[in-house]
Amino acid sequence: MADLTQLSLLEAFHGLRRGDFSAEALARACLERIQALDDRVHAFLTLTPELALEQARSADRSIQAWRRSPDAPLPPLMGIPLAIKDVLCLEGVPTTCGSRILEGFRPPYTATSVERLLQAGAIALGKTNTDEFAMGSSTENSAYGPTHNPWDLARVPGGSSGGSAAAVAARMCPAALGTDTGGSVRQPASFCGLTGLKTSYGRVSRYGLIAYGSSLDTVGALARSAQDLLPIFLTMAGYDPLDSTSLPEPLPEVSLEGISLKGWKIGVPKEYFIEGMQEDVESAIRAAVSVFEAQGAEILEISLAHTDLALPVYYLIAPAEASANLARYDGIRFGPRLEGQDLLEQYLLTRGQLFGPEVKRRIMLGTYALSAGYYDAYYGQAQKVRTLIRQDFEQAFEQVDLIACPVAPTTAFRIGEHGDDPLSMYLEDVFTLPANLAGVPGMAFPVGFDRNGLPIGMQLNAPHLAEARLFQATHAYQSVTDWHRRQPELSREDPA
Amino acid sequence: MALSIEEVCHIAALARLSLTPEEERRYAEQLSAILEYAARLRNVDTSGIPPTASVLRVNAPLRPDEPRPSPPRERILQNAPQSEEGMFRVPPVLD
Repeated sequence: MADLTQLSLLEAFHGLRRGDFSAEALARACLERIQALDDRVHAFLTLTPELALEQARSADRSIQAWRRSPDAPLPPLMGIPLAIKDVLCLEGVPTTCGSRILEGFRPPYTATSVERLLQAGAIALGKTNTDEFAMGSSTENSAYGPTHNPWDLARVPGGSSGGSAAAVAARMCPAALGTDTGGSVRQPASFCGLTGLKTSYGRVSRYGLIAYGSSLDTVGALARSAQDLLPIFLTMAGYDPLDSTSLPEPLPEVSLEGISLKGWKIGVPKEYFIEGMQEDVESAIRAAVSVFEAQGAEILEISLAHTDLALPVYYLIAPAEASANLARYDGIRFGPRLEGQDLLEQYLLTRGQLFGPEVKRRIMLGTYALSAGYYDAYYGQAQKVRTLIRQDFEQAFEQVDLIACPVAPTTAFRIGEHGDDPLSMYLEDVFTLPANLAGVPGMAFPVGFDRNGLPIGMQLNAPHLAEARLFQATHAYQSVTDWHRRQPELSREDPA
Repeated sequence: MALSIEEVCHIAALARLSLTPEEERRYAEQLSAILEYAARLRNVDTSGIPPTASVLRVNAPLRPDEPRPSPPRERILQNAPQSEEGMFRVPPVLD
């Protein structure tokens, strides 16, 4: 039954529809593969096999009922197994955010994004590893140990949605949910040879997404192709009254049939091609841009003038928001409590000992940036420069339909490579941060491999709420290339 | 723009984080490096530029003030480190 895990999301869906196999068999195949590989990959923090099989049996009943009277199309995620990043709440199932401070926490509710997928018949296999509170670019900041890249187990899968990326790359599941606050879906997608969607801010409800940076956080997904991502996006996106930043705008109609890129204008920002970028990354991106050109798109050089300011802006705004969002972890209402002589000592010990170093660094950075005497110079100024970065995108999109650029300056680096140098890790994010600051959507997809056989990703950015363009252009690219079909040796291992 | 150990201790106290002496030193160094990098924003001319608090145009939409059922108390207390008689048990707040 191992071959069921080789199926893409769409292939699995068609197989279920035709009755080639049951949802239960598919879920079992995924769980077997996880069992066989996860001691080496460490993609998952919690597995939910009983829940998954129960959901699969329910999906099988729905599919059988549908086959008896197929008056409407079968919902596109019926019976499809998914992995869920451990910053998203799933009622009753341990949710840790990769942190000790939430060890044992079982949410009393399910995130809207997850709930919608489950209502549509998707199967929850378990919760995937993440950098602590989604703060990181490698999944090395997880308090529960790093995740290993299936393409090379000595390397990181990227972060912070590294567990989700590794699970899909290792063919443990056809798709997984992630979140992207500074690049945390796009960069792991790039490092693991996957297609990853960062949604427009406000497009997918953040209810049940444990908050890191509330003006930046987005829920997204990773899969093997734009085609596979589309039903996940359309099912989970849309207005949610439980999220006050959720947008009422209707979802786009997205057809992937007969796409032509003739007349599409794609901008390539000159500021993204910097010194220090890995050589084969740059050449793979340029080759991919030529593919778009060959398909009829017009390529224009554009300027996003404030690109080099995105990093300092992000590393003031995100920590500032995090310092407020993480104030709730105090050992009072949830999570472990480390007792002291008095209430103050309880706070100091619980937080001081149960938060990891990166989280503490960002809380302190944020506290400083917001503190009396420094607020205007740091946080206030960062908010104004954020406006300039937003305007860069708005102006660019007056000239072009899409922006094409690298996802990361490098391919997957070795576990431990950045040592204890936080700034050098932050520099991994330079190409992904701007989209979060501007609130625009982005899709990362594989465009080649480096000399070590590691995947290289590229991203497309579209205007706010223009995800349809991302799906269409990426699908057009994936129709004439096969980088997205390549998979690591590990993923082909037969668990039997 | 180096942060002194005293400043780091002050920030940590504000954020209710206990630090070991080794952590105080390490974070002073690391935070100083990051803030040094962030200081390049100081030279950017932002006169007349409004701050972005949210990328959305409409903020804080309102809804009618209609009461709705709350989640059951037992469910909320399920994760409590200590609870008693339907309440969270905490150390004394007032002397």
